[in-house]
Amino acid sequence: MNRRIPIEMFRANRRSILQGIGAAAVGLSLTGALAGCGSKEDGAKIGGTGEEPKLNFYNWDTYIGETTLGDFKGVSGIDVNMSLFATNDELFAKLRAGNPGFDVIVPSNDFVERMVKADMLIPLDHAQIPNIKNVDPSFINVAYDPGRKHSLPYTWLVLGIGYRKSKVKGKPDSWKVLFDSPEYKGRIALLSEAGDMFRLYGKYLGKSVNGLTPEDLKVIEAMMIKQKPNVKAYHEDNGQDLLLSGEVDLVLEYNGDIAQIMTEDDDIDFVIPKEGSQLNSDTLCIPKGAPHPKNAHAFINYLLDAEAGKKIAETILYPTPNAAAKALMPDAYKNNPVIFPPADLLAKCEYAAYNEKLQPLYEEAFTRVRAA
Amino acid sequence: MGTLQDWKQHKATFASIAVSPVLWLVAFFIVPLAVVWLYSFGRNVGLTEIDISGTFSNYGRALEPLYLEIFGKSVAVAALTTLICLIIGFPIALAITFAQPKWRPWMLLAIMLPFWTNLLIRTYALITVLRTEGYVNKSLGWFWEGASRLKVMVGMAPLSTWEPLPLLYNNFAVILGLVYVHLPFMVLPLYAALDRLDRSLIEASLDLGAGHFRTLTQIVAPLAAPGIISGIIITFVPALGAYLTPDLMGGPDSQMIANVIERQFKRANDWPFGAALSFLLMYATFILIALQTLRNRSAERRS
Repeated sequence: MNRRIPIEMFRANRRSILQGIGAAAVGLSLTGALAGCGSKEDGAKIGGTGEEPKLNFYNWDTYIGETTLGDFKGVSGIDVNMSLFATNDELFAKLRAGNPGFDVIVPSNDFVERMVKADMLIPLDHAQIPNIKNVDPSFINVAYDPGRKHSLPYTWLVLGIGYRKSKVKGKPDSWKVLFDSPEYKGRIALLSEAGDMFRLYGKYLGKSVNGLTPEDLKVIEAMMIKQKPNVKAYHEDNGQDLLLSGEVDLVLEYNGDIAQIMTEDDDIDFVIPKEGSQLNSDTLCIPKGAPHPKNAHAFINYLLDAEAGKKIAETILYPTPNAAAKALMPDAYKNNPVIFPPADLLAKCEYAAYNEKLQPLYEEAFTRVRAA
Repeated sequence: MGTLQDWKQHKATFASIAVSPVLWLVAFFIVPLAVVWLYSFGRNVGLTEIDISGTFSNYGRALEPLYLEIFGKSVAVAALTTLICLIIGFPIALAITFAQPKWRPWMLLAIMLPFWTNLLIRTYALITVLRTEGYVNKSLGWFWEGASRLKVMVGMAPLSTWEPLPLLYNNFAVILGLVYVHLPFMVLPLYAALDRLDRSLIEASLDLGAGHFRTLTQIVAPLAAPGIISGIIITFVPALGAYLTPDLMGGPDSQMIANVIERQFKRANDWPFGAALSFLLMYATFILIALQTLRNRSAERRS
């Protein structure tokens, strides 16, 4: 979930766009461009699914195996156009007014809840996705999508503290160093995601991420304002870059992001604080109005394949919920305590449920914190 | 062929020319803007529906002290950016005007060249220059160590160890980034105004005994005033709406109003409130431009 630069990487073939919507309107909007992708060219070959061999995949940056899309084309003949989003909010904002033509999207767990509630996802036909059998059973019955009606897990991740070992005393295994202490003044970076911040402060105060009340928010807001002078930046989920470039020595980040830079720099480590943390899971879904739903099912099935899942995990280094793929991975991945943290710590971590009432309060309180 | 000078006599010709830009403007500017304007009088119903109920509550909320303060801060940041751009831009524009003609196109090119690079790329480039391990701090650190070694060589105590300057993730970085991005907006209209200046007036002023500085403040500046004012406006307006620079280069307290607006459309999923905030920003801009137009009109009437 590297959200470095939100660059749109459209590999759409220019000719089909021109044919689809006419030269005058080229590039006017994403909707137009994607509608163009969907138009049938003369003599277009039909894939095994009976649909034209195309698929529009909306994914996070650095979140797919190096050869995965090419391999999928080799197997199925389906061309995948991948474009990238940087945040769940961007994904939601783009789909909110109607699907501009995406077939497969990768929202996080709380956004799956949100999109199901807003009737934006189509139910998955499990019969078309036999590779469900590869998914670790503990990921099948989850609170945010019971029975996996609308989503299948692609990765899971957990927030924690990435740090530079030579600049930090011991293991910073409490949220205190980030949230409630001047010890590393000017050397810490926190997330700019209001909801995550409030929930993790809640964890530090010994509460459940889903058990916060408006009164708790007031307490936390005051704590955040007090801690603000010690914070160097609220980062846009590019904390690993700040840590790697020496800008800060401690950063609130996802384990996978830190695992990626640990391969470049030995002096970096990651810890889940002893108070527990927040789990996330990025999932594969098909949005309503997808132009190629059958191809989308075939693609999701392919991503859940053991060999394909292994290649993805090798590149992105996020924990995979795909048990069959994990079994194929080397020990350096399977036994990596950053990628797969110890079970006793994970037991203290929770998935955050979408909370319609608190979400606007988080946002406004965080705006106040930043303005204070 | 008749002239087109009086369009009233050539309505058909005028209409045929005007129809496509007007259609374009209506379809891609007026209509979308009107939709956002309507949103600002609506409220969220569920997650994706907006009910246009005619409520003013979004504007009421936007006028709360919290948001007014952020507005105020954004205006201050944009004003400071504009001032610095003016102070740096005026001598540059003057230098281009008085440069040899063969150099002028090259100097203008040097001003405009950064425009051809994406804003995001330019901002990231600036980050690599300014960060703790960036080029500025590395070079300064190198000089510092050199000086320290020199002192040891002449038998004095070495300097303390080099502490990198905090050049990034603070308000200084935001202003620097905004000045860097907006400088061409200031230089180009200034150059256009100064280039049209009647040189004989400057010569006359100098011949009649005014010094260079006095000539500059009392002759050149008033004559270039229209250029200065349009430079100020087209620098100030985009600087007021900047969100990428404070987002990427700012510290914990560097949020500007555009960052708050962006969050309403994304994280907060509160489009009506975001629409109200953006329209408040737009009203402020309209007022500024209207004032400028009025000023121009009265200046024309006087002359």
